[in-house]
Amino acid sequence: MITTHQSINKDKQSGNNLNEMFQEISALTWRLFIQLIRRPSTLVAGILQPLIWLLLFAALFSNAPIDFLPGSSSYGEFLGAGLIVFTAFSGALNAGLPLMFDREFGFLNRLLVAPLSSRSSIVISSVIYITTISLLQSFAIMLTSASLGYGWPSMAGFLLIAVTLLLLVFAITALSLGLAFVLPGHIELIAIIFIANLPVLFASTALAPISFMPEWLGWIASINPLTFAIEPIRMAYHNTVDLRLVLISAPYGEVNGYSCLAILFILTVGLFFLIRPLLNRKLA
Amino acid sequence: MFFIKLRDLFKSYGPVMALNGLNLDVPVGSLYGLLGPNGAGKSTALRIICTLLAPDSGYVEVGGLDALVDEKETRRRLGYVAQDVAIDKILTGRELLQLQGDLYHLDSKHKKNRIEELIHRLDMHEWIDRRCGSFSGGMKRRLDLASGLLHEPELLILDEPTVGLDIESRSVIWGLLKELRNKETTILLSSHYLEEVDELADEMAIIDKGKVIANGKPDDLKKELGGDRVTLRVREFSDQVEADSVKKLIKNINGVSNVVVNQQQGYSLNFLVQDNDVLSNLSGHLSKENFEVFALSHSRPSLDDVYLQATGKTLMDAELELAGKRDFKLENKKSMR
Repeated sequence: MITTHQSINKDKQSGNNLNEMFQEISALTWRLFIQLIRRPSTLVAGILQPLIWLLLFAALFSNAPIDFLPGSSSYGEFLGAGLIVFTAFSGALNAGLPLMFDREFGFLNRLLVAPLSSRSSIVISSVIYITTISLLQSFAIMLTSASLGYGWPSMAGFLLIAVTLLLLVFAITALSLGLAFVLPGHIELIAIIFIANLPVLFASTALAPISFMPEWLGWIASINPLTFAIEPIRMAYHNTVDLRLVLISAPYGEVNGYSCLAILFILTVGLFFLIRPLLNRKLA
Repeated sequence: MFFIKLRDLFKSYGPVMALNGLNLDVPVGSLYGLLGPNGAGKSTALRIICTLLAPDSGYVEVGGLDALVDEKETRRRLGYVAQDVAIDKILTGRELLQLQGDLYHLDSKHKKNRIEELIHRLDMHEWIDRRCGSFSGGMKRRLDLASGLLHEPELLILDEPTVGLDIESRSVIWGLLKELRNKETTILLSSHYLEEVDELADEMAIIDKGKVIANGKPDDLKKELGGDRVTLRVREFSDQVEADSVKKLIKNINGVSNVVVNQQQGYSLNFLVQDNDVLSNLSGHLSKENFEVFALSHSRPSLDDVYLQATGKTLMDAELELAGKRDFKLENKKSMR
């Protein structure tokens, strides 16, 4: 009888905890969205930058020989997948900034002195927010790309794009949140974002296939996480969603669609495990 | 019965010892003042009680709970108003209070009622729906106080609540604190304003170099000094040798006690006198040894005198002395998560 009462109380308590956690996460996420609505410049810039790239680069390389762009009928179509991934990558790389500002301006202390059901709520709300924004921005690029005649994926392709982007965004968000707790201030975080952004893009298959690159760059591009996200999306745009197909002919061997997603998954889980002790320590 | 018990608290930031064996007992339902110069260890002690900072060693009890173990329940019982107001400039005042209510898991009806109640009580209705970024220091502080009180905590902790505030905001905050004290909320307030502690606190402790050097009721502490406070200077710019000679002379006069040489104020002498007759005869005693009265002031004892008696310097001098020694960069780095 006592055991039954105890288990009922335990269930009730865990139910309360879940409700409380939901309330915290909703409130914290809503706060981030209010900030975005009232200061939409980062959202707009995050869409405009890749859009300008799409227009300019597609025009710049419009006469590029199509034979060198496997499966694509124009450079604009080839570029589309790269810019969708770049948009999500850039958005996720900024995930740590709001948290860094909260650390610097003491707002994090306001959150930490509250009896949060779980302090993971702070991290989860950031992940929800940045994932939504990154996906929205990527979707805007997809729409523009379609309006320029660079194609639109099938339903299966759309699903593949969503899964690929989610894996990439989770991985890069974890990295950015980790950096937001390790670095001393927002200047350092912005510097890292600034340094990482473009080189990572150029050292991937976003702008050119591996066969176009010198050997050393081909090596870098074929281990770059962006490449593992770009190639499945590029396949989705070719309307042949078959993950058994070889998507990357890397110097170390051939990589199919399943392997691309598996690598992104391992990267995501690995990065979350890597930053977990750091978050536990900083939010303890 | 005590709501807060601190035992042998130690905390250091690199080479700087912020708390050096701090012991403190805050009675239930009292308004307790922590007085000390900036850098004495007040904020560190408050941050430890709030579970924002872990001590190097020691014991912290809040409302019967071991605050270092049962952190979540401790947080539920207290409201904290930090020294540096941390608000989200993009949110309106009302949105910030709503967020605070959700972080303390208030149900929507209770949250709404409490917010309205506090807006009315702290006279915030004219500006509460404006963005926090446009608020003055006084408005921010009132909003911060409302945030700390939203969940009706048993313990309210305020770190320097009226620093740099306009008279109106200060008066609103003082009024609310007095009202809360009458409702049996335990309040722990740190300040380096003597008049604030004198006006508000039922009991107080003076903190110096990370430990309590005197505690009790403000009036009792002043009465313990045993008479009126006199400050004497025998020359505009005196020195240690001369001050020591005068001290030796004055100590032997009947009705004089607690003679202290105040180096920071030009080696003036501070002491207590039991009655005015002592003062009338003072110049006679001094002239026998070829000393003159250059300046003399006479006043009822204040908390500054209590501080002076305990430390040998005034609160202002202690602050100036500590300001030069503090490494703010290191302290900020250590206190930032």
